[in-house]
Amino acid sequence: MAFESLTEKLQNVFKNLRSKGRLTEEDVKTALKEVKMALLEADVNFRVVKQFVKAVEERAVGQDVMNGLNPGQMVIKIVNEEMITLMGSETTEIAMQPGKAVTVIMMAGLQGAGKTTATAKIAGKLKTKGKKSLLAACDIYRPAAVEQLQINGKKMDVDVFSMGTDHRPVEIAQEAVAYAKKNGHNVVILDTAGRLHIDEDMMKELQEIKEKVSVHQTLLVVDAMTGQDAVNVAREFDEKVGIDGVVLSKMDGDTRGGAALSIKAVTGKPILYVSMGEKLSDMEQFYPDRMANRILGMGDVLSLIEKAQESIDLDEEKSRDMAGRMKKGKFDFEDYLESMRQMRNMGGLSSILGMLPGMGGRGADLESMVDEKQLKHMEAVVLSMTKQERRNPKLLNPQRKHRIARGAGVDIAVVNRFIKQFEQAQKMMKQFGGGKKGRGRFGGFPGMGGRLPF
Amino acid sequence: MSEEKKGFFARLKAGLAKTRDNIVRGIDSVFSGFSAIDDDFYEELEEILIMGDIGVNATTRIIERLRGQIRERHIKEPSECKQLLIEGIREQMRVDDTAYDFEKEQSVILVIGVNGVGKTTSVGKLAGKLKDQGKKVLIAAADTFRAAAGDQLAEWARRAEVPMVGGNEGADPASVVFDAVNAAKARGVDVLLIDTAGRLHNKKNLMEELRKINRIIDREYPGVHRENLIVLDGTTGQNALVQAREFGEVADLTGIILTKMDGTAKGGIAVAIQSELNVPVKYIGVGETIDDLQKFNSDDFVNALFEI
Ligand SMILES: Nc1nc2c(ncn2[C@@H]2O[C@H](COP(=O)(O)OP(=O)(O)OP(=O)(O)O)[C@@H](O)[C@H]2O)c(=O)[nH]1
Ligand SMILES: [Mg+2]
Repeated sequence: MAFESLTEKLQNVFKNLRSKGRLTEEDVKTALKEVKMALLEADVNFRVVKQFVKAVEERAVGQDVMNGLNPGQMVIKIVNEEMITLMGSETTEIAMQPGKAVTVIMMAGLQGAGKTTATAKIAGKLKTKGKKSLLAACDIYRPAAVEQLQINGKKMDVDVFSMGTDHRPVEIAQEAVAYAKKNGHNVVILDTAGRLHIDEDMMKELQEIKEKVSVHQTLLVVDAMTGQDAVNVAREFDEKVGIDGVVLSKMDGDTRGGAALSIKAVTGKPILYVSMGEKLSDMEQFYPDRMANRILGMGDVLSLIEKAQESIDLDEEKSRDMAGRMKKGKFDFEDYLESMRQMRNMGGLSSILGMLPGMGGRGADLESMVDEKQLKHMEAVVLSMTKQERRNPKLLNPQRKHRIARGAGVDIAVVNRFIKQFEQAQKMMKQFGGGKKGRGRFGGFPGMGGRLPF
Repeated sequence: MSEEKKGFFARLKAGLAKTRDNIVRGIDSVFSGFSAIDDDFYEELEEILIMGDIGVNATTRIIERLRGQIRERHIKEPSECKQLLIEGIREQMRVDDTAYDFEKEQSVILVIGVNGVGKTTSVGKLAGKLKDQGKKVLIAAADTFRAAAGDQLAEWARRAEVPMVGGNEGADPASVVFDAVNAAKARGVDVLLIDTAGRLHNKKNLMEELRKINRIIDREYPGVHRENLIVLDGTTGQNALVQAREFGEVADLTGIILTKMDGTAKGGIAVAIQSELNVPVKYIGVGETIDDLQKFNSDDFVNALFEI
């Protein structure tokens, strides 16, 4: 499908670009072009996409590229975070009236959105929380809508209130609330008829119900497969009737569900539930992270990002541990390799130095002090050691040193000098870490011209 | 929410509010607002097409084709470009004269689609339409799954004044179809309309059930004119293309009923479906009464798409 190739495209665009520290404007623009396509394919409204992408661009340019990610992936990471923030909200439950008061919930939405099914599902959900719901059949227009609700109610073992199809919905709603108060229900859910957001009379009907019945929560049910028009629907319902939350239906399909982003963007109202099937138990909480992943359709990139994040967390742990090892003078050649690897991941020694406070502008200056070639030699030497030798430098007898020199392609003198410098540094670390007064610096760490602290 | 995040959200909302009045905007403003055919111009065209749910891929194809034509014919005027674009889509969407041949023969119309798109309503409207033409119509209620589906269709049968078979909740839909086909043959019915349960195309067993139903009709009624109409909600986005593809896998589609075209959605996904799967729109639904079904007219469709 087209979506997979979008991910691939993104990979290809950035294949030759290594992490370069910061995201440039070009990196961001290139990546966002693909993101834009993905969002549009997912049915996020064109205008929403435009605004969203612009906002992400502003945030992303100049940000640091995380270890293990290319610039494109870094942009995706930011996009994903922004989507989660945008779609998430602090409200995740239907707000209930306090105490014994009856909470009135009104369901609203277009025709065929899935209101009747959602009505029964919500009642089932509330039942598990000890609430006793009454479903009110206010759809007097669609043939057999009342019967459908009655059957669903029976299946869920929830009471249904109906007055046939000869009374006005507002009347039915009023009667239902009165009935609930008398019969010990603490929730009334009004199942209303599907209607077009541009149908003035039908929208007035909902306004009237809201006024006369004092509805506490109005939930908009939206088909997850809705296309570009979702913004119009959501805005009209919110402006004309006023909604408190959104239920996304038919999420068990394979739609990317971009409508969720559009709706949240135009209304700001929380998405409370996702309806996942025809079985009346299939109602789930809304998870913005899952939804973002689904809309973006770049699960593979996102899991890569996750991995990179994990490895950073892991690195942080390791480096903390390494500091401890240094203090104890236990810093061995394994640790040396690891520190070199981390340094490279972070963009090389010079970029690290550039980030250190007070060293800002002097990056180039400092860089000249670092002998990268020598560093490479040192690494080759260490890599030619066996794991045991790295862990326990005392094993290094002349025979082994000769073998290592051959393996690293350097003179034996280089190996000797390196090992000697290493042992000195190790001693100094121990002094320093042990609280004894050092000489102010670690001094002569191999490969650093003996001038830079490490 | 942190201050920064709020800012981001507020920006997005404000941006939308600003453009809200333009959301439904005619192509005329695009064409008249441009004096030259440049990148901005193409971008605006793209926006209109995508906002109509035509989708990124089909839009890209359409724009590419347009660019080619403009180069070939040395067109410089945006207004000429407009004509080309509109005509291209209009031609593509035009229905063959043979599209409604089923009206002249004995036929079985199987109506399928995902949940809530308007299958039952469309069956009712079609029954009314055909009955008005003097046809002998029979309706089969093969949605034995959804609560009160049979009652709903029975009401439509009453409105259309045609008989209905099946409709018992829990019955085997395949056997309802088997019985209906044989009843149609026995009674010399002109058109048998079959309403099926809504099913999402990614539910394997439900799709297999449909395949079986389709086979039963073929087997039980060889030589009858077959129509397999998929009902698509005009409000649906790109998923409608997947729906058409997947339903076409289990039952060859002969046409689309595009519903809820009385709303503000444009149903542009039908353009993508037409170009990718070559399935024509045959009817559009424009409301909830029995008369709210029209034969598809590509002129009207294109005019609505571009709001002219
Ligand atoms: N505005 C409008 N509403 C429509 C149209 N067609 C159907 N509806 C409404 O859409 C809702 C669902 O229609 P149904 O005919 O029950 O849909 P269905 O596909 O049979 O639904 P399931 O059998 O539950 O899958 C009903 O409220 C219909 O009145 C249309 O063209 N315009
Ligand atoms: Mg139906």
